Amino acid sequence: MMNFNAVFMYLTGMDLGTFLQHLTNGISLGSLYALVAIGYTMVYGTLRLINFAHGDVFMMTTYFAFYGVSTFMMPWYVSFILAIILTGALGMLLEKWAYRPLRDAPKISIMISAIGASFLLENLAVVLFGGRPKAFPSVKILTDSIQLGSVSIQKLTFVIPIVTVIFLVGLLYLINHTKTGMAMRAVAKDYETAGIMGVNVNLTISQTFAIGSMLAAVGAIMWGLKFPQIAPLMGVMPGLKAFIAAVIGGIGNIKGAVIGGFILGIGEIMIVGFLPSLSGYRDAFAFIFLIVILLFKPTGITGEKIAEKV
Amino acid sequence: MKQKKTLLTLIAILILFVFVFIADQTLDSYKMRILNLCAIYVILGLSMNLINGFTGLFSLGHAGFMAVGAYTTAILTMPDIVKTQNFFMTPMMKPLDTLHVPFFLALLAGGILAGVVGYLIGAPALRLRGDYLAIATLGFAEIIRVVFTNTQSITNGALGLKGIPVSTNIWWTFGLALVTVLIIGSLINSSYGRAFKAIREDEIAAESMGINLFKHKVIAFTIGAFFAGIGGGLLGSLLGTIDPLMFRFFLTFNVLLIIILGGMGSITGTIISAIIITIGGEALRFLDESMTIGSLVIPGISGMRMVVFSALLMIVVIFFNHGIMGTKEFTWDGLFAKFAKKPLAKGGNKQ
Repeated sequence: MMNFNAVFMYLTGMDLGTFLQHLTNGISLGSLYALVAIGYTMVYGTLRLINFAHGDVFMMTTYFAFYGVSTFMMPWYVSFILAIILTGALGMLLEKWAYRPLRDAPKISIMISAIGASFLLENLAVVLFGGRPKAFPSVKILTDSIQLGSVSIQKLTFVIPIVTVIFLVGLLYLINHTKTGMAMRAVAKDYETAGIMGVNVNLTISQTFAIGSMLAAVGAIMWGLKFPQIAPLMGVMPGLKAFIAAVIGGIGNIKGAVIGGFILGIGEIMIVGFLPSLSGYRDAFAFIFLIVILLFKPTGITGEKIAEKV
Repeated sequence: MKQKKTLLTLIAILILFVFVFIADQTLDSYKMRILNLCAIYVILGLSMNLINGFTGLFSLGHAGFMAVGAYTTAILTMPDIVKTQNFFMTPMMKPLDTLHVPFFLALLAGGILAGVVGYLIGAPALRLRGDYLAIATLGFAEIIRVVFTNTQSITNGALGLKGIPVSTNIWWTFGLALVTVLIIGSLINSSYGRAFKAIREDEIAAESMGINLFKHKVIAFTIGAFFAGIGGGLLGSLLGTIDPLMFRFFLTFNVLLIIILGGMGSITGTIISAIIITIGGEALRFLDESMTIGSLVIPGISGMRMVVFSALLMIVVIFFNHGIMGTKEFTWDGLFAKFAKKPLAKGGNKQ
């Protein structure tokens, strides 16, 4: 073991313990990106729309959870579950007010509406909650550290991937083995035909938004526990990066979004870990990665080439 | 008829300059600042409309081009002593610390550099379409901002630049806005402009009519970036201080709001809505301050103004998605036709 460690250090300039720490950090960050990316990819799959407001829905969850614990004195688990449900409702309202009136409008209009919705949520958050960052409630059982050999790691680092996997399995079951999931797949293929076949298109799209938003909410709560400072603009960067993850994995594809999330999360942590002098450029990596992917494989890792219809 | 229209145009320009002269003599500095901002937003709106409205390329990279223009202009016009004061963390890079040129040349350099950056970004990114292009350009703008935050010895990083000489005055802003209107107006009515519009309407049809898609897209993108750089340079020199946080996506959103409200693909609409949005933005400042109605004091909520703005954008997109002018333009012919009952020269009657 000692020997391996020395070889590893010689090759990478980093000892094995540090490397594993970076890896676990990368996996937990990647899980969070994956949870948020699923929402983007599901919405893109059904409406061919980049839901710019998804990152802000993510932000709203943290405030719901914050007020649940601090103002309404709820136990943390009640507050978190309530926050997830409220976020699902918010996602449905967003679809109903900002996107449904424009479903048959040119694509550019619906995208501008999405940008407008995103700014509206951000500014509403500034007005309602104040611009100053707040401290997210900390949950002792989840945020404690445990000692592993020489390094101490936050329990959350393990909790996050486990929770992600549980929700992912649930989602895949829902999509592939239930009637609702079948309706969602039908609407994603072609919502007009699905409507003719008797699928309630409006309801199905609402459900898609609710599920996507609730998964983002799960991600947001764990994000809040991991980085316990919440602010009205906190959703912008995770939102953009999760979107990039969805594109990397091939947008419209749920498994792709998860793979993209892990690639992005681990890649980001590793690059900063190996080349600390570039840490100022951390936020640019994701975008550079996005552009490279878009130029060489625009449909993402799992995506297939789609022929242009005239 | 043609001569008459040219004469009318010249008279209109003359009236504009008389207005500028009177404004310059009588208005206080706050109102002058708003007028300057109006003209700058006209330039920015037109440059974005050329890319998004006329050529139909949904680009969200405007803040990046503006940042390039603003930083170039600022660095080239700041006196040595101010540069030394600004760069107390790391000294400025060698040739830049003593380099300066007259304001107009600095502005031009800012525009050209923004155009070059636009070309470099456009050449790869314009192979993408629709929302992929939007997100890629957004990414490029964000990369430009991150780079500017980290190049301490050129841009002074996150600290930004302070004490930029305020060389912008109303003659510069209105003059350059007029030049932009004339250049973009004649570009739109040239064969290039028709090609741009053909690309907007249907890329495949345009291509099969023999239009070189890539060439025209890159031309529109580069020219748009050039004017965005000029607008950014003027903005920096009007405000006197710039930092990377200023050039977030929010700035692009502001310009987007202008072209949506004015109508994607209308120069006249862009001018009208740039003025409405800028003056409206100032007029709505009361929302952020506390109000007293009789004995009732309503405390101001800072940020309320932005809520109104974002809601406005959504209302315009959902209910009036053609904006004020749609793709229509103001023309002298149109004006005559409004007042004359007789048939139009090209046949038919109005409506």
